[in-house]
Amino acid sequence: MPALKVISPGLMTTLQDLGRRGYQRLGIPVSGALDEISLRAANLIAGNPAAIGALEIAYQGPTLEVEAESVRVAYAGGGAAVEVLSSAGAAEARRLPPLQSVRLTKGQVVRIGALSGSPIGYLAVEGGFDVPLALGSQSTYMRGGLGGFAGRALRSGDLLGLKRPQADARDERMLASVDLTPPKRIRVVFGPQDDYFTAKGKHTLGESEYTVTPASDRMGMRLDGPPLEHAKGYNIVSDGISPGSIQVPGNGVPIVLLADRQTTGGYPKIATVISADMPALGRLAPGAKVAFEAVDIAAAEAAHRQFRDGLERMAKSVASVRPAAAVDESKLLGSNLVSGVVSAWNWQEVDV
Amino acid sequence: MADTMTEKRRDAQAPRFLACGDTALCIEFGDQIDREVSARVLALADRIQAAGIAGVVELVPTFRSLLVHYDPSVGSQSDLRAALAPLVVDLGAAQGASRRWRLPACYDTSVAPDLDEVASRTGLSVQQVIERHSAVTYHVYMLGFLPGYPYLGDLPPELALPRRENPRTRVPPGSIAIATTMTAVYPLESPGGWHLIGRTPVALWDVRRDPPVLLSAGDKIEFSPISVREYEEMAARAVAGTLTIAPEGQGVVS
Repeated sequence: MPALKVISPGLMTTLQDLGRRGYQRLGIPVSGALDEISLRAANLIAGNPAAIGALEIAYQGPTLEVEAESVRVAYAGGGAAVEVLSSAGAAEARRLPPLQSVRLTKGQVVRIGALSGSPIGYLAVEGGFDVPLALGSQSTYMRGGLGGFAGRALRSGDLLGLKRPQADARDERMLASVDLTPPKRIRVVFGPQDDYFTAKGKHTLGESEYTVTPASDRMGMRLDGPPLEHAKGYNIVSDGISPGSIQVPGNGVPIVLLADRQTTGGYPKIATVISADMPALGRLAPGAKVAFEAVDIAAAEAAHRQFRDGLERMAKSVASVRPAAAVDESKLLGSNLVSGVVSAWNWQEVDV
Repeated sequence: MADTMTEKRRDAQAPRFLACGDTALCIEFGDQIDREVSARVLALADRIQAAGIAGVVELVPTFRSLLVHYDPSVGSQSDLRAALAPLVVDLGAAQGASRRWRLPACYDTSVAPDLDEVASRTGLSVQQVIERHSAVTYHVYMLGFLPGYPYLGDLPPELALPRRENPRTRVPPGSIAIATTMTAVYPLESPGGWHLIGRTPVALWDVRRDPPVLLSAGDKIEFSPISVREYEEMAARAVAGTLTIAPEGQGVVS
């Protein structure tokens, strides 16, 4: 079986796609990528449909050995040293340029270091991982042991099956950049239970700065900062939860619900983060500051359209790793690609 | 006068539409746990499902509201509200046939750590607690909190207790629990604050099944007392994947 062998798993590496829809009425969370933009970017560079499953890496990346004739991989997300070693024991590593695909051959090792900027990144493989869909999705829901690789995070020694026995013979792809700049303020729409808060409580949400705490996980982002004043207690009859819901338990300190959020809950939800800002939220590390800004639903919908447009622009901007000067040599390049022996510019940069 | 009264009643029944960001809309029928409200929520879910409204991704029925998850790239929330408005009226008790389940339940104190305490706090004998808990046909109001966690009601009033003051960090899967007006079964190991009064060998969550969740909102449940010996025998088969359970009319526990 063509595979990537896990030499070390990283801090928490899971397979994620865009999530599992249609089962929330059974209490099954959606799960899926915390940062949809970076997942799509990694897939685009790897030559995949944008939404298929890739390894979601948190804080510290894995080390993986190629057990296939060859495989093409691409990384996007939080800044990290992505290195290739000629073998598992090799002392010398070669650092790869960012946002470019690379073809690795049997025995080579890819190593992803600590992430900076965003704590989340994605490693995609060309053709995808050979993992059956669980309820229509490859996403891992760890608490329920569902999806991904055995329903859990990677462990040393795991063999991650690959759909393709070898990389396609073609040139590498790249994105010039992916904009992961955090917005100044995360935009929210008030509701569904903003009537459970005083005017002062609603004001506090928009005027305060919160800090992401280390108690945050894929289920929810726990914040530290000024408490929000409830108007009529902090228990509601449990109802459904949407992505980005800001629930406020008795201590008044908000929790923003993320990918692995429970499907229902009994705390009032003062506001909901707009869909366009969810990837940015997913990229916030403990210690990061976050401020909120209330917008109306029309503004949220306009932001969503902009977000979709941005994804389309990103998909169109994937380019071959070939200099303009090499266009004249396209014939030569083409024959080289077919034979698998390539001497194009930049090849040494990416093929190790 | 009578007309005004009718009008008022109808108004009281008119649901509220609550924005949940730009990807979900909550249709809320009230703020109480109520069988009649639950029936309307479930009827609305069926009706929206049948209507096949563009952009609706999935529906989550809860005690007193229906959450409609939608895709904002298909249409605006005001378009969705307009499409849903004609569907929320005249939601009678019209409901499809619900499935009925009989769940084996072992009430032995070896698997029911809070049974004695529940008995003493309710002023009943252990046997009376068991008899009352297993005498009722429960309605599955909703699933939530955990995958496949069923909120079952209503508990006989004499068994109603507030949640435990000190929630457990680990409740074993299969635990049958009570709190307030509800009873439930923990589908997987989890923290939990309800009183544990028994255990079922039937897996409410099993990733080998498709879907892994056994019950649905609207199902009817009864608990059938079994002995420790029967529990252990059935639990062993559940682990092996050879314990099957079907709703009434489609076979029994075998």
